[in-house]
Amino acid sequence: MQLQYVLDNFMSLFIGGLVFGSLYALVALGYTMVYGVLQLINFAHSEVFMFGTFATVWALYLIGADATTTGLALVGSLAFAMVIAMIISGGVALLLERVAYRPLLKRGAPRLVALISAIGASFVLSEIMGLRGPIMAALGLDDEFDRYVASSRENVGMPLDRTPTVQFEILGHGVTNRDIIIVVSAVLMMVLVDQFVRRTRIGRGIRAVAQDPETSSLMGVNSTRVIQVTFLIGGLLAGAAATLYMLQVGITRYNAGFLLGVKAFTAAVLGGIGNLRGALLGGLVLGVAENLGAGLFGSEWREVVAFAVLVLVLLFRPTGLLGESLGKARA
Amino acid sequence: MLLEVRDLSVNYGHIEAIRDLSFEVPEGTVVTLIGANGAGKSTTLKTISGLRKIRAGSVFYEGKDLAKVSPDRRVQMGISQSPEGRGIFPGMTVRENLEMGAYVRRDRNTAALAPDFERVLTLFPRLQERIKQPAGNLSGGEQQMLAIGRALMAQPRLLLLDEPSMGLAPKLIHQIFRIIEEINSQGTTVLLVEQNAAQALRRADHAYLLETGEIVRSGTGAELAGDAAVRAAYLGGDT
Repeated sequence: MQLQYVLDNFMSLFIGGLVFGSLYALVALGYTMVYGVLQLINFAHSEVFMFGTFATVWALYLIGADATTTGLALVGSLAFAMVIAMIISGGVALLLERVAYRPLLKRGAPRLVALISAIGASFVLSEIMGLRGPIMAALGLDDEFDRYVASSRENVGMPLDRTPTVQFEILGHGVTNRDIIIVVSAVLMMVLVDQFVRRTRIGRGIRAVAQDPETSSLMGVNSTRVIQVTFLIGGLLAGAAATLYMLQVGITRYNAGFLLGVKAFTAAVLGGIGNLRGALLGGLVLGVAENLGAGLFGSEWREVVAFAVLVLVLLFRPTGLLGESLGKARA
Repeated sequence: MLLEVRDLSVNYGHIEAIRDLSFEVPEGTVVTLIGANGAGKSTTLKTISGLRKIRAGSVFYEGKDLAKVSPDRRVQMGISQSPEGRGIFPGMTVRENLEMGAYVRRDRNTAALAPDFERVLTLFPRLQERIKQPAGNLSGGEQQMLAIGRALMAQPRLLLLDEPSMGLAPKLIHQIFRIIEEINSQGTTVLLVEQNAAQALRRADHAYLLETGEIVRSGTGAELAGDAAVRAAYLGGDT
């Protein structure tokens, strides 16, 4: 126990927790929305995120951004990388829906079968990334794309200079531009999605399917389309989260999705699975709790604290902090 | 003929829910399917809306075979249903539920929907009072009104009503049936599924009696109401 350390560094641990919590929240939204419409845990969502981290790095390679890129060029490169990451992650999510879920659900397969399919798809996606070198070599393309596929099972780093600069201080702790970018863009995107689901026609379709799929069909809601859009939104957010994650953490590898995926799923359950605002709350609570816990007990206890928080919350509130489902969320 | 069901058989899991069912719904009429619980009435309506797979036979709407038509396309073509158990969206307000009814319409703006809102709220003034409330807070009768009103928002030519009297007090049942008559007199064709045979037969131009998935009697509403077997089994003797 290092209580004095936590008290001395409370603000810094708290803000660090918020930063990671924002990332959890963005990825958690993908889990929670798919659960809302399909009552299915999309276990391959972690790989949707992982593909986004690689898309971020590759997009930066492509435009030649490196450690000397500064100022507006740096901002522009990051924005470009995020757009590419969102497109790639969104694409992977759509592909997952098309290949791993739709054929099963169409044939009326039990949810458990779809779950196994999700776990299988997760391994496949992760290993495709981990074997990208040998795969490209087999295609005879490894020389041209050497920078992209070399050492496929090792860490890949951000080519940019990610050093943050302190913008202002809260209670003696310096808040950096990186902290601000991550937290603000995560919250902004979640607000956008929340409004999309509440105000647009297809958003209303998503809520209707979440509440009552059969009646939604009677209203003329095309459930296939609704499911597609749900996967797409989850993928876009995971892609955005991936770029922010690379900004914060700086490295990725073919299995980098696993732990973050588990945490994000935990955040979704913590907030109340199926609930959009619950995903945001769950992510932030989880991020802050594990960071404070890591400060208190030592960083090797981070994951223990995260899951202890989950168990404790579920003991007293089995449906999560906010409980309500996507469908019941009111406009 | 607006709707024609020909030799229709549908399975529910491994059980045969309906078998060789044939009936017709002429434009402008009220047709009713009566029968006990489990006779296959709801399955018939769900199949017409495209929610159940046809095993054999066909459903024709305005002469067009619906076999390959998706459920949402059927709503666009003018087939709208108020489902069994009402199926309202509890987390949406009454207004949002009604707007869901117009989901498939191309003219979904406020101005275009205004006449439909007015029509529905005139038929069901109770809904006007509750317009901003979550539909989950409505009473059973109000939920039934909402389910019928929502189906009307699609501007259907054929309205499918599944057990609109279920679980309602006699006075409310009477009111609901009066409104169904009014909807029909405004030009909407109605296919009504009911366990409450007495009320349904009184309003029906034509009626079919279903037993374990098959039609065992048919005739005008009055004919079936006068049929000895129907009276014994479904009308509680000599009512």
